[in-house]
Amino acid sequence: MGSLQIQPVLAALRRHRIATIVIALEIALACAVLCNACFLIAGRVQAMHVQSGVDEHALGTIKIEGFEASQANDLNARVMAALHAVPGVQSVSSIGAVPFGEPGVIAGVTLDAAGQRFGGVVDFYLAGPGATKAMGVRLVAGRLPAPDDFMPVTQIVPKEAPILITRVLAEHFWPGENPLDKTLWSMDTHFRVIGIVDHLSIPQPGAGEEKDADWSILVPAMPGPQFAGKYLLRSSPEDLPRVMRDARMAVLKTAPDAVLDLEQSRAIDELRETFFLSDRVMTRLLIAVIVALLGTTALGIVGLASFWVAQRRRQIGVRRALGATRGDILRYFQIENFLIVTIGIVAGMILAYAINLMLMTIYELPRLPAGYLPIGAVVLWVLGQLAVLAPALRAAAVPPVAAIRSL
Amino acid sequence: MIRYYVELAVHSLRRNKVLTALMILAIAVGIGASMTTLTIMHLLSGDPLRGRSGQIFYPQLDANPDSKGRQPYDMLDYQSATDLWHAHRADRQALVVNSTIKLQAPGTRLPPLMQPMLSTTSDFFPMFAVPFRFGRSWSAEDDAAHARVAVISAELNDRLFAGENSVGRTVRLKNSDVRILGVLAPWRPSPLFYDVRGGRFASGDTSSFYGKPEGVITPFSTALEINDGNFQPFTCWTVPSTPGHLQNASCVWIALWVQLGDAAKVAAYRHFLDGYVAQQHALGRITRTDNTRMRSLTEWLDFNGVVPSEVKLQTSLAFAFLAICLCNVVGLLLAKFLRRGGEIGLRRAMGATRRAVFMQCLVEAGVIGVLGGIGGLFLTVLGLWLVRRQPLPYADFVHLDVSMFLVTFLISVGASLLAGLLPAARASLVEPALQLKVL
Repeated sequence: MGSLQIQPVLAALRRHRIATIVIALEIALACAVLCNACFLIAGRVQAMHVQSGVDEHALGTIKIEGFEASQANDLNARVMAALHAVPGVQSVSSIGAVPFGEPGVIAGVTLDAAGQRFGGVVDFYLAGPGATKAMGVRLVAGRLPAPDDFMPVTQIVPKEAPILITRVLAEHFWPGENPLDKTLWSMDTHFRVIGIVDHLSIPQPGAGEEKDADWSILVPAMPGPQFAGKYLLRSSPEDLPRVMRDARMAVLKTAPDAVLDLEQSRAIDELRETFFLSDRVMTRLLIAVIVALLGTTALGIVGLASFWVAQRRRQIGVRRALGATRGDILRYFQIENFLIVTIGIVAGMILAYAINLMLMTIYELPRLPAGYLPIGAVVLWVLGQLAVLAPALRAAAVPPVAAIRSL
Repeated sequence: MIRYYVELAVHSLRRNKVLTALMILAIAVGIGASMTTLTIMHLLSGDPLRGRSGQIFYPQLDANPDSKGRQPYDMLDYQSATDLWHAHRADRQALVVNSTIKLQAPGTRLPPLMQPMLSTTSDFFPMFAVPFRFGRSWSAEDDAAHARVAVISAELNDRLFAGENSVGRTVRLKNSDVRILGVLAPWRPSPLFYDVRGGRFASGDTSSFYGKPEGVITPFSTALEINDGNFQPFTCWTVPSTPGHLQNASCVWIALWVQLGDAAKVAAYRHFLDGYVAQQHALGRITRTDNTRMRSLTEWLDFNGVVPSEVKLQTSLAFAFLAICLCNVVGLLLAKFLRRGGEIGLRRAMGATRRAVFMQCLVEAGVIGVLGGIGGLFLTVLGLWLVRRQPLPYADFVHLDVSMFLVTFLISVGASLLAGLLPAARASLVEPALQLKVL
């Protein structure tokens, strides 16, 4: 039955060429923007769900600045003692950076002493005694730093330190090999791999140069003049908000002449919130665009379909008088809508790829996976059918007597 | 005649209120979205130094002895920067270095705070036309004497001294007392052009280029002494031996801006720069003599891709959305005009020309455009208000200026006339006889 109806629908559409083209064009644009917007949203959502590899809910950080290197040891001892005294604190350790906080040491590494085999630009986490354990990173091979692995920081990092690297980084540096006891060269010194951790994201995943979020290295280091002022606190997740509040107060009281960085002295959860704020805003904006766009398209379809129904009252009446059922009339408008939307979708897919190519060159976005196209198509087909339903029902309700009544 | 058409249009629009409202809404929403994003684009991609940015240049050279000949570093090492500055070959020249410093204001009850500090040389203020509310900037003699003086921003002055004239008062920067020589008037260059660098490593996330100017501005020579140990390099090719003290380190960390009045001076400075590099090459300090650049301010901003890709993306999205809205209006207008086929046929039969019918339809589209434009303007104001509430570095200066106000109306009316063109042409082709038969 349906196949029989396509011919007359096509014939009618040919007589309304301009309107058909305009509405198909609108659907094509909507399809193209929809596919790309969904793709952008997926990218943002994926970025926001990055695994930090640390026990985020149980960790907080304190950052103080504005003191001299000569005061560092004394200040360090005072602040650590004050933080330890905060009820509910399970551990306090010195740390160089935390996930979603300010970046720590970022440097290029090479895989040979001569500096010929470039490994990449990676983030180094300085970790004082206890920090690795407090972070809760999962060791998958090798060992955690032993007490005598912690050496003072001379220039940015300790010299010839043992390090822990992530699984991703190990696979990147030495594919298929055992990374333990391998050596890395960076910052005029070299490092020996003693352990592999499952995950540890760089402090600012997704920001800066394109690289894997897990390109981090943990360097055990002894707090001292060149490594002071940043602390990692661990408490039970329920206590953490209060612990962080008390910890900030304790630091203000203990170190009144140093400056507490209130923005950075937060629970890791809060830092994560702030870090992805712009991504969340952008995601919401994209969703708003999609809703507005689908709404506009639906209204356009309703408007045009209503007009066609009104214009064809007599013809509908004639068909009804000649024996067409209400269902036939309803299906006629549904098929008509399906055909127009299909034309739009085909054009829209081509347009979607064109837009994606443009985005790829201008904004360095990856290629649009083909999987987004059927999603866009289905959404628009459903939208078209829903939008045409009301006008089509109105058409189906036209009585056969309309054929002989004047307009 | 036009008045008659407008009356006809209003009459016709009143007849089908829902359809009219739909069309106006479509235009208003499309215009609101596009104009919000376009206004932000306009604010972010504007010229931060109108009228003189063509005279401002940013010299770069490649001081890394192991250079692989890629783009030279975005900043200069201490020796190159100071050598070029001391030569005084440009009309004006300013060194720029950024650091963070602990600030205390004696006599106020404020706790010590960390402030971003800009350290530069005396030409900075006239070169970039920095406005002063109180006092003045320091002189070249102050630069030479490492004078303990500073200029503070209007914002910091408000915070420390409740906006009063603080010239002559003292602030403590780390361990040194410096005397306030001047207080800036509110100054908000967009982007903060003299601090722009490293944009190509930011993957388009460049909104930080639109932050506020530093609170404290001190002479370059003074800052190296009072904030010694707190200078961060842009990058290094060997690890500095004393952290935070970079004068003798293999690091780039200083920017040099020069003002060159005409093309001859630009050519002469390029020549001078090449000569300097060649001389340093002869001394064995620089290996690459062919890796020197001198971009104008505008070129430098382009090179750094200062407009955040987020903003560009939103603008493209908004215009795609406007196109969809316009398609919608075209479809609805087409339906509307053709539905009046009988009426148009009658007018044609009574002697109206095709031109007159076309004009009448176009005027109707224009009226929708004006109404949609008014709606769009409200939505733009609303959109910008929403943007101002976002945690963005440039949120504070987002506003609708007169030019964008006019652009909104032009785009709105233009877009709806464009949308009306096709339906009007179609309507004017209506055959009188055919329509009258139906009547």
